[in-house]
Amino acid sequence: MDNTGFIAVVSIIMAGLTIAIGSIAPAIGEARAIVQALNAIAQQPDEAGTISRTLFVGLALIESLAIYCFVMSMILIFANPFWNSVAGR
Amino acid sequence: MNITPDQTIYWQSGMFKLNATILFTWLVMLLLIGGSWLITRRLSTGMQISRWQNLLETIVEAIQSQIRDISQQAPEPYLPFIGTLFLFILASNILDIIPGVEAPTGSLSTTAALALCVFVAVPTYGIRQQGVINYIKHYLQPTPLMLPFHLISEFSRTVALAVRLFGNIMSGATIVAILLTVVPLFFPIILEALGLIAGVIQAYIFAMLTMIYIAAALRSQQDEHSESALA
Repeated sequence: MDNTGFIAVVSIIMAGLTIAIGSIAPAIGEARAIVQALNAIAQQPDEAGTISRTLFVGLALIESLAIYCFVMSMILIFANPFWNSVAGR
Repeated sequence: MNITPDQTIYWQSGMFKLNATILFTWLVMLLLIGGSWLITRRLSTGMQISRWQNLLETIVEAIQSQIRDISQQAPEPYLPFIGTLFLFILASNILDIIPGVEAPTGSLSTTAALALCVFVAVPTYGIRQQGVINYIKHYLQPTPLMLPFHLISEFSRTVALAVRLFGNIMSGATIVAILLTVVPLFFPIILEALGLIAGVIQAYIFAMLTMIYIAAALRSQQDEHSESALA
């Protein structure tokens, strides 16, 4: 296989692996955070406003890990610098 | 396929390019400024207020109460900055639903610019509250060994702010575009609705995180005050 095909194959496989593996850990983390927040709200409904605000901010922080992986896989597919240099664009 | 509105160029003359990001940024700015100007031309303090004045008052009061909850201080110094960030991101994310309009927040240049504003604003508010010496001192807490980690966290959270907003908005647009080629009938609508929710939440989160960073820059001094008051 020549260089061009090799780079294309590695990029595509790694894009899939990046988003697949990279979304597992944030999913587990978000699930644990939501479980704890629901427990807290069930015990203290008065504090629901504060808890859900903190929950949203925390979820956004956790979710950004998955978003980083998504951005990486988008770069690998649509804006791959190695592919661009090999394809001569 | 374009993953950022930077690559959609409408008009070009020499070095100057008018791409979708610039065009729609100015459109959102025109909408926000023109709308506010139209509404605030005739304000009334009586019992009868127009419905638009009511809308603006509700928005401002909501932002004020959120800022007060987080920073435990008077919201006035932070209201212009936080409110502008929130309204700009919210308006661009919601206008994305109109066909032909591309959200300027879906471009890394816009979000990086917003994150740089936060990067500059946090030390500015901190220094204004407690002076240069005291503000720099909190980088050396608890020991001077922590200085590099404080600096790394300043930079990494700026990058994180920019990439988070960009990634969320860009992913919404990309998934809808991919689905349009695979199942064009019904599913893109559901994902557009999901994208609307994500856009509103991301605007809220960007503003709240900014406020949390500013509050952290203000708080280091107050803790010392309260400790010395207790001692």
